[in-house]
Amino acid sequence: MQISELAPALPALREAPARRWRDLLIHPLVLRLLSFAAVLALWEYAGRIPLSPAFPTFLETLGGLGAIMADGTLFKAFLITLHPLVIGLTASILCGIALGVLMGLHEPSEWLFAPIFVIAQAAPLAALIPILTFAYGIGLTAKVMTVCIMAMPVIVLNTLGAVRNTPKSLLEMGSSFLATRSQSIRLIILPAASPMIFAGLRLGCAAAFIGVILAELLITPTGIGDVISYNQSVADYPKMYAAILSIIVFSVLFIELLERIEVTLFRPEARP
Amino acid sequence: MNPSAAMASQPNRDLPPLPGRAPQPIVEVRSISKTYAGGIEALSGISLEFPEGRLTTLLGPSGCGKTTLLKIIAGLIPATGGQVLVDGREVTGPGPERAFVFQDFALMPWASVIRNVAFGLELRGVAHSEREAIAERHIARVGLKGFERKYPHELSGGMRQRVGLARALAVDAKVVLMDEPFSAVDEQTRRKFQEELLELVANEGKSFIFVTHSIEEAVYVSDRIALLSRRPSRVSAIIEPQIQRGGDPEKIRRDSAYLDVVEAIWQQLRHYLD
Amino acid sequence: MVISGIRLPMMAALLVWAVVWEIAGHTDAGFILPPLSRIIWRVFEIVPTASFLDALLITGRAFLLGNTIAIAVGVPLGILMGRSVIADRLLLPWVNLFLSAPLSALVPVIMVLFGLGETTIVLTVVLFSMWIIVLNTRAGIRAISPSLVEMARSFGSNRWQAFSRIYLWAALPEILAGIRLGVVRAVKGVVIGQLLVSVVGFGTLFEIYQSHFLMEHFWALLLVLFAFAFTLNELLARLERRFGYYAAAR
Ligand SMILES: Nc1ncnc2c1ncn2[C@@H]1O[C@H](COP(=O)(O)OP(=O)(O)O)[C@@H](O)[C@H]1O
Ligand SMILES: [Mg+2]
Repeated sequence: MQISELAPALPALREAPARRWRDLLIHPLVLRLLSFAAVLALWEYAGRIPLSPAFPTFLETLGGLGAIMADGTLFKAFLITLHPLVIGLTASILCGIALGVLMGLHEPSEWLFAPIFVIAQAAPLAALIPILTFAYGIGLTAKVMTVCIMAMPVIVLNTLGAVRNTPKSLLEMGSSFLATRSQSIRLIILPAASPMIFAGLRLGCAAAFIGVILAELLITPTGIGDVISYNQSVADYPKMYAAILSIIVFSVLFIELLERIEVTLFRPEARP
Repeated sequence: MNPSAAMASQPNRDLPPLPGRAPQPIVEVRSISKTYAGGIEALSGISLEFPEGRLTTLLGPSGCGKTTLLKIIAGLIPATGGQVLVDGREVTGPGPERAFVFQDFALMPWASVIRNVAFGLELRGVAHSEREAIAERHIARVGLKGFERKYPHELSGGMRQRVGLARALAVDAKVVLMDEPFSAVDEQTRRKFQEELLELVANEGKSFIFVTHSIEEAVYVSDRIALLSRRPSRVSAIIEPQIQRGGDPEKIRRDSAYLDVVEAIWQQLRHYLD
Repeated sequence: MVISGIRLPMMAALLVWAVVWEIAGHTDAGFILPPLSRIIWRVFEIVPTASFLDALLITGRAFLLGNTIAIAVGVPLGILMGRSVIADRLLLPWVNLFLSAPLSALVPVIMVLFGLGETTIVLTVVLFSMWIIVLNTRAGIRAISPSLVEMARSFGSNRWQAFSRIYLWAALPEILAGIRLGVVRAVKGVVIGQLLVSVVGFGTLFEIYQSHFLMEHFWALLLVLFAFAFTLNELLARLERRFGYYAAAR
């Protein structure tokens, strides 16, 4: 999602030094740092006004982060949160891709299953959480199921779309060189589908994080959800904000990592 | 009309055998018709013969059914009626004796040049080292030596089509089917390609079936041109340009025999435009 | 799918699933998953009640207001980012961050800052729906062919004309797609917000049905919400197709 082209049609400046300064200033990295610095400064300022007693400054939040990191709360909480997340996400990825590929290759199963996922994709599935709690109790299972129902639809539908959108000329090329059905699935359809499948995985991951936090806030407070709701109830806002910040940063980095892995392992054509 | 261009309005089988050429057709198309789902009649009863070891061109206006006929010969789509014989055997699907060069290249973006070129062999189960050796030879043959490990997106349009060509040559098919292979490359590259194509026809001993909508290109490269009418397509004429080759390309393009054939075809095609 | 020459409409499979549901409802699973027929019966029972209409009114208002804000802010922001490289580089990291961040973790923040009322729901809607609108609008603006803009300039259009006659129309298919995706996210956001707040709108109903083990009522409410979300998505998709006919031909 980087912008590769340079600024189009900016009026050329005559003085070279001024221009060098501008070039430096609009350098993507500089602008990115500038942008982060500006937002954090704004946060700090708004916290100092103060905007609300429940709005700690950025530095206070960092302090809270230090505190929950130092006493090991954060680390333990992450381990607990990751448990249902990893199980649910793994199950969603395996089942979701398998089901999506099956539906993409086999029309009757698409007819049967696709409507469910189309509806699930549009529907607010979070509302199923109370029912999952009834069905599976307040333990790990309900949380894993929450992650699954949030992450799976987008993975399935993206995989289905990806398989369906294999370029026709590549399929014709395969059959003109006498590819068998299994060869054309393995060597053409799946590789051609993989960018879009991975896009689905990234969206699925984001949804899984939403799901796991929701499960921890709604079903029983555990892990990060517990840190958030406990500190909220005792009005220790810096720690509450720190926990939220840490899970957001973690999930964004996790999804970024997934993209890196995809590019290095599966997408030689996308490598710089 | 130019005497060196044999032209007939009802051509087909009653054409006299080409002087000094193999009379044996490698591909025979017998009253092929094709109606697409939706009722579009693309071909209606086309019969044609393609002599062995020569380059035969299907020439006609856009949308007249050239690609359709070529894909039927390739066995990629079924005909509604009629039959295609390759080497005397009826076509029921794609076969190892035919290789296709695609208009849009159909390269796999996730695979390197060498893997793309070796793909036909990979599908046939040829061992890795062996197929890479063959692919390397053909990559060099089309002038891409040194680009084996590059990916399609790193190549220009012309280079991509060379990869497509090398892939078709690598499986050593008797018949190479080319669907407007040069339409997506610039004019200079196109002319260079045409020279190389002539060289291939002269040296490889393969039969080529070539599709184009450019009259000049057809006359320049073909031993034989089948002029197709507008949809539903039939053969409106068979032309054998019999250009004296081997000289300076620029001279050929100014040669009056060449220009006369171009003009004659243009006169034929013109009334399709009205 | 086509079976012996008859084209089965895609959503017809839902009938199969409805039958499966009905049968499952009459087994032991019936406690958690009551038969569909009885749930549908409940829909007609709860929809006219005052508490349902009240919840609908509050939620609908917050939803509309939130989406209006998200569109009113998101579209101009997307256009700005599509046009200005500097704005793009400053803002894109944030848009991407909010797009993939687990926003459910931010709802408690909104709750402590703005209380348990309607403002929280409105802000949740904005938070969920705005970023995809920004990103799609930006993509639409960036995809406009430069020659289209140059064409307008060569005929002497001024900035405003270029904007209102070219940019907006050329990017409209993407903008509409962004709004549809945003609205779908907003429905999810509104439900998440009300599940967490549970004292406004449908949150109250969820809470009552859940604590009294009224499974049929709960499912009836879910059915209404799912049907609403799906219909909204379909309607917006139709609108998108109406304007998207030229999307591929720009
Ligand atoms: N898959 C298809 N379904 C329906 N009509 C088609 C299909 N492919 C091609 N056609 C129609 O058949 C005619 C011939 O197409 P084609 O063989 O591609 O022409 P050409 O290659 O000579 O330009 C065209 O009018 C085209 O619209
Ligand atoms: Mg064609």
